[in-house]
Amino acid sequence: MAGTTLLLVSVVLLVVVVFASSYRVSYLVVDNYKNLNSRLHYYGMFGLLCTGLPVLIIYLLWWLLIPFYFEASIINNLVNSLEISPDENISLLVGQVETIRDTFLSADLSKKSEVFNQNGTIDYEVMTSLYGSVNQPFDPETRPFLFQVGYDLWLLENSANDTFHLVLIIMMLGIVLLYIFKVNPRFRARYYVESVVLGILIAAAGIAIITTLGIVVSMLFETFRFFELHEWKDFFFGYTWAPNFHGDSEMSILPLLFGTFYISIFSLFIAVPVGLFSAIYLAEYASSYTRSIAKPMLEVLAGIPTIVYGLFALITFGPFLRDFFGHGGTFGVNWMSDARSVATAGTVMGMMLIPFVSSLSDDIINAVPQSLRDGSYGLGATQSETIRLVILPAALPGIVGAILLAASRAIGETMIVVLGAGAIAKFSGNPLEAMTTITTRIVSQLTGDGDFNSPETLVAFALGLSLFLITLVLNVIALYVVRRYREQYD
Amino acid sequence: MKIKKTSLSLTSDLSQKRNAAEKRFRLYGLIAISIGILMLIILVATILSKGLTAFQQTFITLDVELIEAKLDKKGSRDLVDIKKVTTFGYAPLVKKSFEVLISKEKLVTDLSSKDASKILSKSAASDLRNFVLNDLNVIGQTVSFEFLTNSWIDGYLKGRVTRETIQNSKNVSPEQLDFADQLVELGIIKKKFNLGFILGSDASDMRPEAAGFGVSMVGSFYMMLVVLVLSLPIGVAASIYLEEFAPRNWITDVIEVNISNLAAVPSIVFGILGLAVFINFMHLPQSAPFVGGMVLTLMTLPTIIISTRASLKSVPPSIRDAALGIGASKMQTVFHHVLPLAAPGILTGTIIGLAQALGETAPLLLIGMIGYIATNMPNGVIEGLASPNSAMPAQIYEWAKRSDPAFYERAWGGIIILLVFLITMNTVAVILRRRFERRW
Repeated sequence: MAGTTLLLVSVVLLVVVVFASSYRVSYLVVDNYKNLNSRLHYYGMFGLLCTGLPVLIIYLLWWLLIPFYFEASIINNLVNSLEISPDENISLLVGQVETIRDTFLSADLSKKSEVFNQNGTIDYEVMTSLYGSVNQPFDPETRPFLFQVGYDLWLLENSANDTFHLVLIIMMLGIVLLYIFKVNPRFRARYYVESVVLGILIAAAGIAIITTLGIVVSMLFETFRFFELHEWKDFFFGYTWAPNFHGDSEMSILPLLFGTFYISIFSLFIAVPVGLFSAIYLAEYASSYTRSIAKPMLEVLAGIPTIVYGLFALITFGPFLRDFFGHGGTFGVNWMSDARSVATAGTVMGMMLIPFVSSLSDDIINAVPQSLRDGSYGLGATQSETIRLVILPAALPGIVGAILLAASRAIGETMIVVLGAGAIAKFSGNPLEAMTTITTRIVSQLTGDGDFNSPETLVAFALGLSLFLITLVLNVIALYVVRRYREQYD
Repeated sequence: MKIKKTSLSLTSDLSQKRNAAEKRFRLYGLIAISIGILMLIILVATILSKGLTAFQQTFITLDVELIEAKLDKKGSRDLVDIKKVTTFGYAPLVKKSFEVLISKEKLVTDLSSKDASKILSKSAASDLRNFVLNDLNVIGQTVSFEFLTNSWIDGYLKGRVTRETIQNSKNVSPEQLDFADQLVELGIIKKKFNLGFILGSDASDMRPEAAGFGVSMVGSFYMMLVVLVLSLPIGVAASIYLEEFAPRNWITDVIEVNISNLAAVPSIVFGILGLAVFINFMHLPQSAPFVGGMVLTLMTLPTIIISTRASLKSVPPSIRDAALGIGASKMQTVFHHVLPLAAPGILTGTIIGLAQALGETAPLLLIGMIGYIATNMPNGVIEGLASPNSAMPAQIYEWAKRSDPAFYERAWGGIIILLVFLITMNTVAVILRRRFERRW
């Protein structure tokens, strides 16, 4: 309720500010417009910004930070209530209290008597109907003192929110009045408006940094928690990946790294030759007509969502391979037991990577100056000799960059390997066996019902951080190489 | 030593070799391109051949007598009373209609009416119940109702299930197939266009025939709304700063390297970030489309920033100089002149970014947008943003995971719908670029 009121009041106030401040300025200069520092609407705009922006920021901060205060107060209440033993799982109880609070919130309580009897105990019948009215299952096993804590929390939140909203409205009102009475034609409204806008632009650009920081900090934080629970030596130097829920999991990144690199390299063995030769043909041989058809067709492969490739690997390509290599297959060799394998995922991923290699290499080959080609032809070289001996060496750094970008893509690819590569972590050279990767394990460790305090779940963050660092290094090298190369012939 | 006679009009051995090498090299290129295009063709052919059948479904039309004594004992037509009759109360009515059918059409079958009624979907009784609850006037009448058949009968009509493949199956018997054959001849069982697949919601894993794609489409729609509303203004603002205002110093260098790097970070990392920050730290609800939208926004931002900067850069400096020359401030120059001229390019980049986000699956898995989540269309915008839902690619993944050919068919069907959206978006982007992009 209070939130809606606040919203309405603030919208009205903001409109008032815009009109009133513009009106007042125009009133002050009514006979002499040349004294006006800025155009009229900037005065209104400044009023809007200096009223709305602080409120928005304060509101966001409140919304972000106040839950911590409330949680602290729950824990405080729980500890003070003397009904819990010291070794009890506090976070579980906090969760229960929060559910009770949410129920009270959505049931829109107005009186204490709706929850408690006259003597202050819980009326279970009332409770059941209360829960029923908001479609929440009521657990009669819930301990009574939790309801008391939940009710106190609800009271506290209500009064805190009401006070906060009141303060906000008064603050806005204050700024509005202050601005309207202080604004005058000499005020450099445009300058200030533009400064604020510039500030907003800078903040937007900062979001990129904040995202990266967020990635690194959140994953580092959880990774440290993981290493508190799990031996770091096992993670980096162990041999086996065997998480279980008995508390003696062996979780090493090495077999996963092996699987990841194996599948990535397999896919590059398909994508690099096909992509590179396509790029050479498109850049050097193809007529502009062929080029205008073939290039977009190849690029369509990059626009298809990876889930489509994943499904193709799982349902079509995997069984197709098994029909050849599997039990009772065409070749009569029993090399493949499952449709999911390194070859399945690798081939399909190779398909996906072809356009990554081809279009970047195509750009790079096109950037090689014509004079180099002309020189080579002048010496009597054929077109293929020119390409092999002049153009490719000149374009090599750029092509290496393109391949590195494709590799980083392959290492971080998720859906194809989740559906096509299998779940067995092992060191094996046989491409027809199922193998698993870092990304597959992240998905499987984080999509179960695991609780976020067990090493089996937290390991996903350590894996994620490793993945981020590996791809970061590859990307930075690739971007550096490509950029340097582009500058070379400019 | 024998000297080989040569002449200028003859090609020498070496030349022949070199010419052959030239031809081979050219052939390699041609083969490579053909492989690429062949793979595209195979992929498209697979999708179409496996997915198009999902848009058809097998229905059976039965005359059901809605006996008043069973559905509305008091005869009061009171909705509350009638709601008390659960789906178990409706199952006998369905069974009865089979008895009537068998005797009326003089069908020859060993099946009991109970086994015969098992060719229907498991959702048949609840469909009938919903039909009655929608219109209480039908109670007491005999209505002709269209039921879904179960996925094996559906597969039998589509050729996916044959008598050989069901030999050890507990789900369907050869007698039921015989029975279905007779009904097909009578025109009682028919394949029809299945609107339920496009508009409906996911169903539990025992009822693939009732599963639909519509609710997850709505989930994707709300997610894209969030991505658009957040990433377009933030992306444009960041690009304007970096392109027009930022001084060249190490801070802007760091931001630039950062953005180009973020564009290449694996999408699953954004999912981990979303899980750690939005769900574990901020306690935002799991599986909510607006959280998914926020995660995808972080992923899309670099794409939008890169394309926006390119289109800002393509506006010639003379425009800026002219505006500054007649007294506009820097900010006015950008917002009144440069930005409108760059708008088509920005829009194109945004649409392409959105298309990328629409097909992204991995981050959504981590914030809980998979599984059998939403059974109803969200009611209004707030519910659409906040109540748990799936998204198109996540729904496809969910169906792929259930390892049932009937769900595979639906997964391919879902892919067709997803690709239709992607193709439309990309076409719009291309048209925008062709029509509005100015060459200076």
